[in-house]
Amino acid sequence: MLIKSIFGGKSEMTEAGSKKCPVVLMTRIRLARNLADVPFPGWAKEARRKEVLETCLPSVASLGQMKRGISAEIESLSDLERQILVERHLISRELSTHAEAAGVVISKDQSISVMINEEDHLRIQVIKSGYRFKSVWNAADAIDTALEEQLDFAFSQKIGYLTACPTNVGTGMRASTMMHLPALVISSQMEKVVRAVNQLGIAVRGLFGEGSDASGSIFQISNQTTLGESEEEIVKRLSSVLRTIIDQEMNAREKILEKDPNKLYDKIGRAYGILQNSHLLTSSECMNLASLVRFGVDLEMFPEKTRNIVDRMFIECQPGHVQYHAGDEIDSSARDAFRAQYMRKQFENVDRPIFQLHETSTEDDTPKQEPEQEAE
Amino acid sequence: MAKPLKCDVCSQPATVHLTQIINNQIHKIDLCENCAEQKGITDPSGYSLADLLVKPESESAPEVAALSCPECGCTQREFKKTGRLGCAKCYEVFSSVVSPALLNMHRGDSHRGKVPQRALERRTFIDRLGTLESGLQDAISSERYEDAARMRDEIIELKKAMEAAAAEA
Repeated sequence: MLIKSIFGGKSEMTEAGSKKCPVVLMTRIRLARNLADVPFPGWAKEARRKEVLETCLPSVASLGQMKRGISAEIESLSDLERQILVERHLISRELSTHAEAAGVVISKDQSISVMINEEDHLRIQVIKSGYRFKSVWNAADAIDTALEEQLDFAFSQKIGYLTACPTNVGTGMRASTMMHLPALVISSQMEKVVRAVNQLGIAVRGLFGEGSDASGSIFQISNQTTLGESEEEIVKRLSSVLRTIIDQEMNAREKILEKDPNKLYDKIGRAYGILQNSHLLTSSECMNLASLVRFGVDLEMFPEKTRNIVDRMFIECQPGHVQYHAGDEIDSSARDAFRAQYMRKQFENVDRPIFQLHETSTEDDTPKQEPEQEAE
Repeated sequence: MAKPLKCDVCSQPATVHLTQIINNQIHKIDLCENCAEQKGITDPSGYSLADLLVKPESESAPEVAALSCPECGCTQREFKKTGRLGCAKCYEVFSSVVSPALLNMHRGDSHRGKVPQRALERRTFIDRLGTLESGLQDAISSERYEDAARMRDEIIELKKAMEAAAAEA
């Protein structure tokens, strides 16, 4: 029931990838909020947690933004359903494993999810494809303001929204983008970038957050500090760092094409070949191949519509999704076989890559000065 | 040492003996096979002797352990262990530890972002209403009828304003 509605509708993440900015896959903002006068979830007794769930779940579900969305207690979901929600970034791993008295409400287009009784009573998250801090912040802010009408949040005039972990106190906001940085990875510059960025109070993680690896050359880049600056200032500072990373990635792409195009064409050509012909594929290999094809799309080696296939692959090659498509819970070697079969099918009708030097098109790939200029 | 060593946890004969050096201090511990397995000592990488030795009662720094939140019962030691606070009140109770930590981890120590304006107004309304209502009772019981009338009017005004604000939202 839940799974069907997740797969039935169009998802913001997998359907809306655009060429406007080839580097930024998606933008996300999450706000941490707690009810005043109730202990934080990690310390509260089971009965208090239940109270919080019973108060918050209907409040959140009643919001206009959540109309015809999904509202569920985590304990009522199967392991596979939880895994699929994690792979879609709709709940955290932490929530999927600490399911007692935990819940989630997800909007119909899957761009908004509110977790209940995670580390904080409420974690409001908005996630959209592309580089769109403005609209993502507006959506998160609106949900928060609407909830404020019904709920009293723990707030101090001096240090802002109070959170279970002091690292989130203040705005309670974590703003991040998922960045596709294949050229920085290929040219071994990522370590240098991470070090420089960390010094500016910006964190770099893998696609699935803390502790996850960077397969597919996808990185989650976010603010580390939440107190002492307004939300706008935090996003502004983060954006200027992101801007630099985008420039670095674009320079690295140009350099690779200039110096050794055959090496790159070889990688992309092989990726295409494997996706069309392989019979066993692990999720991490699949991520890396998808990453190379996406790079190829940016270089106009594949038609633009291939971008959507690739962006969907990043999510659909994950173990939970593979099992859903296989229609059964299957072990990892059976998954590898099924995943390969699924990808062969996806790539059956994708045209062969066009190999020619793109003297001018690398220029075109540089995003416009203001990638946030979005038509809305 | 004629007697066989006993397990420090359950007093069964100990077969696993462990020595760790932490901050130049030697810690020794003896365990039976069952307890060793339970504590995960078979995997030496993910395990610290300190976790085993620390018992809630036997704290080396009693003044730290003694401080606890009157609201939720969370202790400062708990906070140091998990990095998480128990409730909103903990921020005040443990401010001697939390405040300097905030300065270290953030870009300042005062909030400059969004304020839950409506919720704060609502709280101010409710607080003010409470003060007025108890003031009204006092005035009536001590027969200060002029004061009582003034407060009654103020309560009516305040309730009207609250309703108007709610309707606006």
